[in-house]
Amino acid sequence: MIRAALHKVTAWVTAYPVTSFVVFFAVFPFLVPYQSLATQVLIFGLFALGFNLLYGYTGLLSFGHAAYYGLGAYGTGIALAKLKVTSLWPALGVGLVTAVVGGALIGFFCLRRRGIYFAMLTLAFAQMLYFVAFHAADLTGGDDGLRGIPLHPLTLPGVSVPLRHPLAFYFFAYGLVVLAVAGLRRILDSPFGAVLQAIRENSDRAVACGYDINRIKLLSFVFSALFTGLAGSLDALRLTVVPVDSLYWTTSGQVVIMTLLGGAGTFFGPFVGAATFLILADRLSLVIEAWPIVIGVIFMAFVLFLPRGIWGTLTTPGVQR
Amino acid sequence: MFDVPLSALTAQVFTGLVLGGIYVLMAIGLSLIFGLMTVVNFAHGSFYMLGAYVAFSVIGVTKSFWAALILAPLVVGALGFLVERFLIRRLYGRSPDDPLLLTFGLSLAMVEGAKLVWGKIGLTVDPPKQLAAPVDLGFMNFPIYRLFVIAVTAAVLLALWLFLEKTNVGLIIRAGSRDALMVRALGLDLNRVWLLVFGIGIGMAGLAGVLAGPMRGVYAEMGVEIIIDSFVVVVVGGMGSLAGAIVAGLILGEIVSLTTFFAPKLAELVIFVVMAIVLLVRPSGLFGEAGLAE
Repeated sequence: MIRAALHKVTAWVTAYPVTSFVVFFAVFPFLVPYQSLATQVLIFGLFALGFNLLYGYTGLLSFGHAAYYGLGAYGTGIALAKLKVTSLWPALGVGLVTAVVGGALIGFFCLRRRGIYFAMLTLAFAQMLYFVAFHAADLTGGDDGLRGIPLHPLTLPGVSVPLRHPLAFYFFAYGLVVLAVAGLRRILDSPFGAVLQAIRENSDRAVACGYDINRIKLLSFVFSALFTGLAGSLDALRLTVVPVDSLYWTTSGQVVIMTLLGGAGTFFGPFVGAATFLILADRLSLVIEAWPIVIGVIFMAFVLFLPRGIWGTLTTPGVQR
Repeated sequence: MFDVPLSALTAQVFTGLVLGGIYVLMAIGLSLIFGLMTVVNFAHGSFYMLGAYVAFSVIGVTKSFWAALILAPLVVGALGFLVERFLIRRLYGRSPDDPLLLTFGLSLAMVEGAKLVWGKIGLTVDPPKQLAAPVDLGFMNFPIYRLFVIAVTAAVLLALWLFLEKTNVGLIIRAGSRDALMVRALGLDLNRVWLLVFGIGIGMAGLAGVLAGPMRGVYAEMGVEIIIDSFVVVVVGGMGSLAGAIVAGLILGEIVSLTTFFAPKLAELVIFVVMAIVLLVRPSGLFGEAGLAE
């Protein structure tokens, strides 16, 4: 009976994904131990959503998504802290443009190789950016991170809302993430989205059907960098600092873990995974210092036994491997 | 640039050879494992790290670097057997991304595990007394331990080459990397061969870690640093190509070493630039076959 009820819920959520998202995340901050955790889930869920577009839907495993997250964060951070931009919107715009341009350049290089090489290349290029940020201390703050990012009030026509309160910031992020989620749904429902999944299933056949798959893959890469960059920009505002580790390989690894825990190639998997990871890490770190061991082992167990992830397993009952 | 004393430059060239040797030991193992089973072992660097830590502990107990040099790669290689048998083997036949993801999780657990066992602070390992002094090569003084590392690397490569080219098992390994299905059809048990190759590759990573310990220190993140460089070596050389791994390893070792000398800030960046150029000019790598396992 519980199974049937669960099935009903997941079926409804799958049928009305964007509405479900809007409803659930409107009450989410009141369900978690503290509100800043909810904001973190939202932002990292968006990060994982960007990664999932590339890995889950296009079949390209990137081990360097820290690059676009970091570019978004540094873009917005530098615009506010160094260029003294006095409004949120242009600062967010700078972050997004930086991430998209970086994604297009790195994507161009990485897409010259396929499969397993692609994963290694994305990792290498992200690590290169990390070293650049580490040494360009005048611009990025280097090892200390980029500090002194002011959090300007949100200006909309006619109103100005201060974002200091955690709940105010949550709903600011919520608005942008809802737009991103609706945007992703739109992409996936378009013919372009269908071709992405065709490439994932059988790229040779997609070529035979006459699709210029390199161009389509690059476009998917750039969209992925756009969503990821937005997550980075929002996180820079949330923390008012950009740690240099945002570009480090561990950040790329985190998003891989989140997405696989939640379910790669599923619409809500990234958010389920981000919530699972962050809440688990939050609770575990109270108990043991070496909590990443536990995460590492759980992750291995998922790769071995639950490759569909939590959401993927819930939404496809009975179709066990 | 022309004011640089020649002896300092020569010393740096030798240092590059040492670094290149470490790269080669790592990249050969990665390439061997990949060539045979299309497994990209993300945890390869963590086994390198483990080799260095085990060596530290063996030296602590036996007071002998030589014991560590023999024992640590064996211990690490044995662990490699277990990882292949109980983890990687379950993933054959699935997407090549899956072993990469699995070994990524393993690497995460190993790094934290090492911190738990050996502490968060980096450790130092002294080279053996016999090799501690610098040696006068006539035109310069050079730490004799580093010459020893070059010699060990060369000896291991020679042994590996003899093993692959002159033994029956080596023949099966080479045949298996060409056409695994055909080798199975001939009635050979490839599972045992894969186990062996995985153990050898991991053991070589362990050895590289033991050798690197006295030069670069022992710390939990050492493995992840080297794995990224090793991936670059493998991409530049061409995955699955042993000759490519050797040539690319030595070239990149020299490039990094000489950049450290002339422009230290760029040292960490330069290999990525080389990689980008190789990708533009020759996407399949120096010795790689286009389309292999893509």
